[in-house]
Amino acid sequence: MTTTSGPGAPAPKLAKRPSPVRKMNRAVDERFHTQRSLRENLNKVFPDHWSFMIGEIALYSFVILLLTGIYLTLFFDPSNTEIIYDGSYVPLKGVEMSRAYASTLDISFDTRAGLVFRQIHHWAALLFVAAIIVHLFRVFFTGAYRKPREINWLIGVGLLVMGIFEGFAGYSLPDDLLSGTGLRIASSIAQSIPVVGTWASFLVFNGEWPGTNFLPRLYVAHILLIPGLLLALIGAHMGILWFQKHTDFPGPGKTEDNVVGHRVFPVFAVKSGGFFMMVFAMLALLGGLAQINPIWLFGPYDPSKVSSASQPDFYIGFLDGSTRLMPPWEFRGLGHTVAAVFWPTVILPGILFTLLALYPWLESKFTGDRESHNLLQRPREAPTRTAIGAMSITFYVVLWISGGNDVIAKTFSISLNAMTWAGRVGIIILPPIAYVVTKKLCIALNARDHEIAHHGIETGIIRQLPSGEFVEDHRPKPDPVPDHPVVPTHRFELSPPGEHGNGHGKTGVATRARKAVTGFFTEEKAEGGEEPVSGARH
Amino acid sequence: MTASPDAPEAADPAAEPAVARPASVRGRLVSATARRSRPASARRRRRSSTLVLSLALMATGVLWTVLAPSGSAQDSAADSAAVREGRALYLQGCSTCHGLNAAGTVSGPSLIGVGEAAVDFQMSTGRMPLAKPGAQAERKEPSYSQVQIDQIAAYIQTLGGGIEKPEVSEEALADADLMFGGELYRANCAQCHQAAGEGAPLTYGKYAPALTNATPEQIVEAMRVGPESMPVFAESQIDEEGATAVAAYILHMRDTPSPGGHKLGSYGPVPEGLLAWLVGIGGLLGVCLWIGARQKV
Ligand code: HEC
Ligand code: HEC
Ligand code: HEM
Repeated sequence: MTTTSGPGAPAPKLAKRPSPVRKMNRAVDERFHTQRSLRENLNKVFPDHWSFMIGEIALYSFVILLLTGIYLTLFFDPSNTEIIYDGSYVPLKGVEMSRAYASTLDISFDTRAGLVFRQIHHWAALLFVAAIIVHLFRVFFTGAYRKPREINWLIGVGLLVMGIFEGFAGYSLPDDLLSGTGLRIASSIAQSIPVVGTWASFLVFNGEWPGTNFLPRLYVAHILLIPGLLLALIGAHMGILWFQKHTDFPGPGKTEDNVVGHRVFPVFAVKSGGFFMMVFAMLALLGGLAQINPIWLFGPYDPSKVSSASQPDFYIGFLDGSTRLMPPWEFRGLGHTVAAVFWPTVILPGILFTLLALYPWLESKFTGDRESHNLLQRPREAPTRTAIGAMSITFYVVLWISGGNDVIAKTFSISLNAMTWAGRVGIIILPPIAYVVTKKLCIALNARDHEIAHHGIETGIIRQLPSGEFVEDHRPKPDPVPDHPVVPTHRFELSPPGEHGNGHGKTGVATRARKAVTGFFTEEKAEGGEEPVSGARH
Repeated sequence: MTASPDAPEAADPAAEPAVARPASVRGRLVSATARRSRPASARRRRRSSTLVLSLALMATGVLWTVLAPSGSAQDSAADSAAVREGRALYLQGCSTCHGLNAAGTVSGPSLIGVGEAAVDFQMSTGRMPLAKPGAQAERKEPSYSQVQIDQIAAYIQTLGGGIEKPEVSEEALADADLMFGGELYRANCAQCHQAAGEGAPLTYGKYAPALTNATPEQIVEAMRVGPESMPVFAESQIDEEGATAVAAYILHMRDTPSPGGHKLGSYGPVPEGLLAWLVGIGGLLGVCLWIGARQKV
């Protein structure tokens, strides 16, 4: 599938006698025909850009969630049964609580490495959703979702929603005061849905809130159903990416039909392996040094108690914010009462996520662009899209801040009522302002790029012409000048593939490793050089 | 505001007329449960009764005269040096707002009947004298010494009695049942002061302050007095044992190092989310940029 246009290198000398490993490799190939696909896949080319690694943060956080989650399942008991706590946290000794809460306390205080695993798990959950959001921004602002990648965009939105549900389910499992308060709100949101609400809430909670048998159900969702779905979606996401190949920014040697970058083996694999370690290190640091969700302070869930500043995790925050900003309006009609929470917690996210999911199709409908695109756009090259993005982020951030408005009010000694009203006004006027400002900015940046592409770079040297006119000298833009305005990046210094690095004298570690392994797996001559290679996109 | 040299000795016995409140006042404020004796409080009560029984009659008289509209009542309190000192301090520092006979003015409520616990709470937390009018008096460094505070408290106590200053001994704190205190705290205090005692805003610029600086005495006083928007927790609701346990629990929470690492202000998901974004995502994006920059070929 992927053919390389890299220059041929002298074939490394094949081993005289095949080693045992090599013999086994051949044996496997003779039975399962693995060599061909291995060769193809290891030779796959991935483009380099720092922003293409954001999705990997989400992926690796998910892997760490799975690993730490499995450890937690060994000790967690998702049962509503009430017991008397008798563990080593003194202030709760003798308190009646559910087994779920007691076992989470035991994980925290009486299990080897339990607390650090819990904390890494929770930090990984936050990082997972946050990385998905940043990854979404990258995809959005570069237009990577355009045809032919709309389906992967849709899967991505599904992953975001599932990630949010998964996190909420996890947050609700320990049955502490925060969990319970969150679940109670979730149940009243479910009940606010007209016609089916009460029924849906009964179904989910197995009866009247707080259902007697709810935690086991939630547990199944948290450790089996949703992770399974996430895994399947991630598999599809990566499979489609593999099949359609990665997009890239325009640059010399880059066209709509090729990929310029590094092969999966060894450069991309080593880079990604290293990056996984970085993500893991970051989570280990957070989990080891920063306390998260100290459930022992919140106490067991008791419907009659509530702590001030009961907040959900950040990814639910925008719904909390929309609820706080919404005036308490109830609607009555057609024999139904629609509670005030219905609008900000059901209708609003419904609209937001629908728009998000449909965005690729909406854009192509409005621009009339039905072409396939494998080259990305820089945000400024699509001012309207970028402005829509900025507007949406502003909208989201106002809701998000409003979700934590009590903590902000307390920290900065602002009146809570003032914060609420600032949020109400802000949600109406700030997004349009963001739209206009961003669009103007993009257009101005484009104009400057255009200027540079056609007149060269300003030197700051002013000359007076004999006629008395003043002109500024412009240095010509470095070659090659592409036919669209692109500011010079390091890519311009790249020589087109094939010009150098034909194997002579290039024996870096990566080259040697690649040669060795290519030879080992494929029994074919190794390609030369570690320089970027370009693969056809078919 | 100068305390006379003999003030220290004088202050202690004089502070005690509190117990000699008329039966009717005591019956209203304190329920039978509170009288369940524990060693420390029993000792205190025995001592105070012997010390001030002689003053009882006088104090009762003072109460009734004060309740009468005439302003001449204060003169009859002159028997006690501490009360006299207290009155002088009061006239100097407080009367502009609370009135010459503490009956209140437009700029401050009446202090008759608030009791020494209220005065001690307001002054030892630095809330009074009020620095600037605002939504709520703020905690700050107290501007009077404890001796002076006791004197003013003694003086205010003569004006209609009120809740006496509670004593919280080290032993009582050490013996307190943390589990009981935790239960009471989560049931009665967490909804305003937050689960970890970090405080939270109420409406219109009012707030429940963080409990990071309150002393055990101030904690119990706050419960008994119910300053501003805080409700009163009388002894009928939370008895002395319970109040001590709440104080012990609050001290335990703030003095025990958190097992999980840095507390992040113990403020739950908001600072956690902030850290995840700033350090987690921010740091890893930095790593992306770094790896990207190293790949320039
Ligand atoms: C600038 C005006 C002002 C001054 C000076 C002032 N106060 Fe106050 N005081 C107030 C106001 C207003 C309140 C009620 C609202 C509040 O607590 O913030 C109050 C409340 C109190 C209370 C609580 C009353 C209750 O019902 O519980 C006490 C006790 C008190 N003051 C004692 C004092 C003492 C003692 C002084 C002198 C050291 C003093 N104040 C000086 C204005 C003042
Ligand atoms: C309705 C909300 C509310 C509840 C419930 C409440 N408080 Fe308060 N608390 C407040 C407010 C408001 C203040 C500030 C009063 C002021 O500034 O005059 C306060 C002040 C205090 C202070 C003084 C803090 C300082 O640093 O000066 C203490 C101690 C305190 N409360 C303890 C408690 C305890 C213990 C309980 C539970 C038994 C409790 N509170 C329940 C609202 C509340
Ligand atoms: C298959 C993967 C997973 C397994 C097996 C798993 C398992 C668990 C278990 C057993 C708990 C309860 C114990 C405890 O709270 O300490 C838990 C809590 C939690 N999970 Fe997961 N989980 C998985 C994936 C995820 C994912 C993908 C997310 C988020 C997007 C997530 C977010 C949470 C959160 C926020 C908690 C609460 C943690 C806390 O106590 O502070 N989990 N998980």
